[in-house]
Amino acid sequence: MKINENLAISDNGFLFNPTTGESYTVNPIGAEIIEMLKSGETQERIISRLLDMYDTDKKTLEKDLHDFSDILKQYQLLSEDE
Amino acid sequence: MEKKQYERPHIIKLEAGMPGKFGMRSESLPVTHIDGVSVKELTTNFGSPLFVLSERTIRSVYRKALKSFSTRYPKVQFAWSYKTNYLTAVCKIYHQEGSWAEVVSGFEYDKAIANGVDPARIIFNGPGKSADDLRKAANGGSLIHIDHLDELYTLTDLAGELPRKPLVAIRVNMDTGIYPMWDRFGFNYENGQAWDAINKIMMAGKLELVGLHTHIGTFILSAGAYGVAAGKLADLALGIRQKFGHDIRYIDMGGGFASKNTLKGSYLPGSDTNPTFDDYAEAITSALVNSGFRPDNLPLLILETGRALIDEAGYIISTVIANKRLSSGRRATIIDAGVNLLFTSFWYQHPITPAQGFSQYREDNTLYGPLCMNIDCIRESANLPLLNKGDRIVIHYTGAYNLTQWMQFITLRPNVVLIDEDSKPHVVRENEMLSTINGPEKTPPHLA
Repeated sequence: MKINENLAISDNGFLFNPTTGESYTVNPIGAEIIEMLKSGETQERIISRLLDMYDTDKKTLEKDLHDFSDILKQYQLLSEDE
Repeated sequence: MEKKQYERPHIIKLEAGMPGKFGMRSESLPVTHIDGVSVKELTTNFGSPLFVLSERTIRSVYRKALKSFSTRYPKVQFAWSYKTNYLTAVCKIYHQEGSWAEVVSGFEYDKAIANGVDPARIIFNGPGKSADDLRKAANGGSLIHIDHLDELYTLTDLAGELPRKPLVAIRVNMDTGIYPMWDRFGFNYENGQAWDAINKIMMAGKLELVGLHTHIGTFILSAGAYGVAAGKLADLALGIRQKFGHDIRYIDMGGGFASKNTLKGSYLPGSDTNPTFDDYAEAITSALVNSGFRPDNLPLLILETGRALIDEAGYIISTVIANKRLSSGRRATIIDAGVNLLFTSFWYQHPITPAQGFSQYREDNTLYGPLCMNIDCIRESANLPLLNKGDRIVIHYTGAYNLTQWMQFITLRPNVVLIDEDSKPHVVRENEMLSTINGPEKTPPHLA
């Protein structure tokens, strides 16, 4: 998966896409995932890192990360690898 | 290192635009306790979904309504509308507070008697009374509200064989300037049907006309309509006095007051915009006081309000079963309480609040119940925090009609708990089991 690398995220979860001029709000875990995607982390690695940070389980994370990725794709912030 | 509390990842596009005229703050501050009892404890002890009734709210709303009327009119009597919620515990609270019983079937009549209500304090309404029902009510000295001429003739015929003269009122329907005008119950005021019925009763002399009754509709958002209705009943009562020299004892304004619920399609919440008891009381009592009754001979004012008295006292606690996305990307949440328990969700946007803390992030949700049935939608759109499987929510203003119109459909009906004034929960109706459903069934021998 390839994230739009130009995305700017502020500390309080304001996300700006300079390509389209559109803005978003993202919650802290969402911002962390986007940062990890920008730094090229794999899905497995993202899940493993989040499991260390958050009080949850792997199945929940997998399900929610999948859902989050779908929404990022819908907003055209994330694309499949070419 | 202690792990952080998990919240699922969430992103939403910011849509620029003009702020809406009807912009409201989000509705869902968490409700973690009901009358001092934690929602978590309630579901742990009594299961989920769970109906919860607050005795404290039932009593306080009743007293507020009574005060609104009794401070404006000298003779006021409430009669608890059994069909709104006839759980024995609920009826007994209202009777303790001084309410009579208002019933609309033989079953409800028997229930009121079993609840210890004096038959003389039972008002028997409805279009479907059988001859046996009429005989029973007349013998008990109950107040029979006649709905149609066939009932009037039946009761007149029965009167000859009864030891006492049946006490009756007629139900009157009328144009009060609102839509829809209910004309399927009772006798019409404007076209003379009501006078026709009154003349028949007075001339036959077999029934004692003690009251006049109307019930102009349901969830009436215009208090003024009640003023029109009270004025028309007062006009009939004064006409009876003039024509027959007969004083009726009471005017019964029925029910139909709106609760705090919000009708679908409303811009603003019902809790802010619907008329209050004071509004209804002002309209009704002003019309009566300003009519031609002598101040020392005002009729008793009877009110049969149900919904507005109990809606606020009822809650359903429900648990999130799953989250999913619809094809449009819209969030859908499945909860364990369906429309078979929450019949009123077909016309209300019931307020829904989470039962645990949450962050400031929220999303629009469609809330579905657990039934494998497409109509099972509790809210088409509710802006809620990021709910996870297992989270609990509280659905508000569910006390009216849901506990009488609920259905055993696909799932079994859950426990109903009443929290008393000392914050002690009591099961007032046990959850159903397979035997509850299979018990009355009979299997033919060849299928056994």
